[in-house]
Amino acid sequence: MSELIRRYGSSLTWIIILFTAFWLLVLVLIPNFVLFEFSFKPYLPVDQLGGPKDFYSLNNYWTFFNSPIHIRIFFQTVLYSSAVTLLCLIMSYPLAYFLAKVVDPKTAPSIFLLLIIPLWVSEILRSFAWFIILAYNGPLNAMLQGIGLEPVRWISGFNAVIIGLIYSYLLFMLLPIYNAISSLDTNQIEASEDLGASLWRTHWRVVIPHSKPGIASGCVMVFMLCAGSVIVPSTLASPSSRWFTEIIQQWMFEGLDWNTGAAYAFLLLTLCIIFVSLVMRLLNVRLVDIAK
Amino acid sequence: MSEDVTLSNISMDFGKFRAVDKVDITIKAGEFFSFLGPSGCGKTTILRLISGFMDPTEGKVLIGGKDMTGTRPNERPTALIFQNLALFPLMPIWENIAFGLEVRGVDKVARRAKAEELLKLVDLHESADKKVSQLSGGQKQRVAIARALAVEPKVMLLDEPLSALDLKLRQHMRAELRAIQKRTGVTFIYITHDQGEALAMSDRVGVMSQGVLQQVATPNEIYNNPSNGFVASFVGENNIFDGKIKSIKDGEASYETSLGNFAAKIGPGVNKDTPVRLYVRPEHCTLTKSAAKSGNSIPVEVTESAFEGNFINVFLKDKAGHTHMAQVQNDPSAPPPQRSAKVQMNFDADHGVLLAHAKTRS
Amino acid sequence: MNSHRFGHYAIRTYVVLFIAFMLLPLIVMGGAAFNDTRFPSIYPWFGFTTHWFQELWADGRMWGAARNTVFVAIAVVALSVPIGTAGAILLNSLQARSRSIIYGIMVAPILTPGAVIGISTLLFWYKFNVPAGLHLSVLGQVSYIAAYVMLLVLARLQSFDAGLEEAALDLGASHAQVMRRILLPHLYPAIFAGALIGFFQSAENFNVTLFTRGNSDTLTVYVGSKIRSGITPTINALAFLLIAATVIGVIIYEIRRRRADAAMKLAEE
Repeated sequence: MSELIRRYGSSLTWIIILFTAFWLLVLVLIPNFVLFEFSFKPYLPVDQLGGPKDFYSLNNYWTFFNSPIHIRIFFQTVLYSSAVTLLCLIMSYPLAYFLAKVVDPKTAPSIFLLLIIPLWVSEILRSFAWFIILAYNGPLNAMLQGIGLEPVRWISGFNAVIIGLIYSYLLFMLLPIYNAISSLDTNQIEASEDLGASLWRTHWRVVIPHSKPGIASGCVMVFMLCAGSVIVPSTLASPSSRWFTEIIQQWMFEGLDWNTGAAYAFLLLTLCIIFVSLVMRLLNVRLVDIAK
Repeated sequence: MSEDVTLSNISMDFGKFRAVDKVDITIKAGEFFSFLGPSGCGKTTILRLISGFMDPTEGKVLIGGKDMTGTRPNERPTALIFQNLALFPLMPIWENIAFGLEVRGVDKVARRAKAEELLKLVDLHESADKKVSQLSGGQKQRVAIARALAVEPKVMLLDEPLSALDLKLRQHMRAELRAIQKRTGVTFIYITHDQGEALAMSDRVGVMSQGVLQQVATPNEIYNNPSNGFVASFVGENNIFDGKIKSIKDGEASYETSLGNFAAKIGPGVNKDTPVRLYVRPEHCTLTKSAAKSGNSIPVEVTESAFEGNFINVFLKDKAGHTHMAQVQNDPSAPPPQRSAKVQMNFDADHGVLLAHAKTRS
Repeated sequence: MNSHRFGHYAIRTYVVLFIAFMLLPLIVMGGAAFNDTRFPSIYPWFGFTTHWFQELWADGRMWGAARNTVFVAIAVVALSVPIGTAGAILLNSLQARSRSIIYGIMVAPILTPGAVIGISTLLFWYKFNVPAGLHLSVLGQVSYIAAYVMLLVLARLQSFDAGLEEAALDLGASHAQVMRRILLPHLYPAIFAGALIGFFQSAENFNVTLFTRGNSDTLTVYVGSKIRSGITPTINALAFLLIAATVIGVIIYEIRRRRADAAMKLAEE
């Protein structure tokens, strides 16, 4: 603070502090606090606000805990989000390593440019593309039939959702891992091989430990995006595969019960906070390493 | 054109640490003054106090007789040349030089003209539109000087600006800095840990240690008549002997050491009870096969000799195991003593001086 | 040696499959824009048509949504760039402990699901009787897009020599001049990158917008509602245009990059 004044004078310091305070207080902290507060209030018509029924209670959370369906959907969301995160990790790591350390550094940017094209096309169109591909009478089944296989009912259960989530968020895993591996001194890999370590051992003992922050960052982002995804489930889900965000939408838009909606949103936020702390603990990284 | 700078009994504390302790001195207008000392002695703090990046905990800084307390760096008639020069990498050379004018609202044509004029002064006529990264170390140096001169400062402050250069260039730039100072007449205050720089360029030198100004004098005086043990050993080489004063008579003392008694001059402020050491410059030591009839003489053994061209440094060990050095002229007809030769090291009473220890923080 | 060879081909095959996995869906989607059938697909093929592009051109609601998207994105950039830059400068001047706390609060919105940001923004302003609408979408989006700007600017600040500020002050510059002439020019690359990323992040945002938009549409929300109600290949036509624009952009970028590389090589020789 005193350093800011010394470097930029008091009026600029005030502007800097004002901007930051507006951001952190008005846009981040207080809205989340209001969300928290709302979740403990009952849903009431306007004329009963402040009336005898307007008091804090855990009722909105009881609604969740008394609904086996909602609990099941919540845990399915956790389970399938974790599965997608793991699959993304398995799919990304070899490619990230290849791009960072194997391929000619001159061609790597061109490959990246190709890979990033889907990122410029909005998420909703990306899942829509899979809606077309996976349709029962769509091109994928036509291809399967062409080589003599039975058509598959893709959009059933969580199949299509998982495919859509992987496609949508894979790059959020690839990029941080690529960045982390790029910063590894290639000599270390060569030294490990030179000392007689096998390919697996080199990765397990040298490359993966070094890329931990990137892996953590990718896992946190992909899990958060999956669990909070609205578009992919609503485009690709079947009636038997519902997502927790859909329940939140129901409260907000169909039930118009913002209070219960707030409670459910807070549960989602809690889930993400738990996941972030779990990853930080498990991989022994700091927040600074994750958010880069 | 130039102003004098008075540090009126200034002290600077950082928490409990006292970086500058009661420094009291006036630097005259148009003078080239150096603060010389090892790193951490407080000399950089003094520079920042003069330039206004901090205000002293006690005392006052006066420039041209005006109290500068509370006056910010951009309002003081000083220009600072940073250790790393701090040239603006995103501006071409001429904009760097004219930056001080730009922020004062001088129009572009006048700015450009002034920049060209200063580039001529520092011998860089054709570099106006170059980028900073295209210049060599010495050229960057000169751009930094031109940039500081552009705002027509009354006082120039230089924070070890030559330390990044190689030896040859450094020696060349010494002469150049001195010449620029004489040409412009601006008061130069120069910070360095390099005694060679300080002695070669300055009108006067202030030697500092532990935040305390140890001695202020001309380079000649600093070298030949150091005021205390710190100055003597920091500026130039010295052979040092531990011991104590036995008696003083007519300005000459008898000094008792484990190697015997020596006759020596007494330094400033020294009396019989002052804790002192004996300092003898290597160039004042002579080597002989047998003890001289008069004067001080110590039996020693040659351990090593280093050929330096016009002179030879001979390293010696006394019987207590202490190392000394004698500097002898290179004379092909009289080769220096060989290693492990047993010789006598002699010095006149006039060339040995008993000095008190450094002044410390109060 | 043989297994090494095999590994070599295996990884290359994998890279090709990976790229195909990323790009084929876009080709399918773009292709469906030209198929003469109401239900968007490329199989079976009913014949080539540009009918869906005409329909898209005539879709007034889509144009309104597109305009909204651009307005929202511009507003988001206009707010998040100064906020994120200020946040980075503030963070950079803090000491270790308070620094990590503030940093945590700043990056939290990046790690928060969009639905949560949307709902909390909606509820917060509802308290002050501010109705839902695109203005709330802007504020909700700024809360996390400013964090992206902050991270980019913070990274750039690491390479800044604070001595330059002192040098400028010493030469007589005012604090505002130091900011305008010394610090901001150094930060411009990060600020421009932040503005670009912010614009596209905003344009493709769905979750925050969905909960805060009130009755207004942005392009993503409009497409979302179309997919739920009646899908026609006009969406594919829109997708085709977006993909085409991206691909053209990518090609131009690649050509310029190769030229720059070649120029560098020439300069080195």
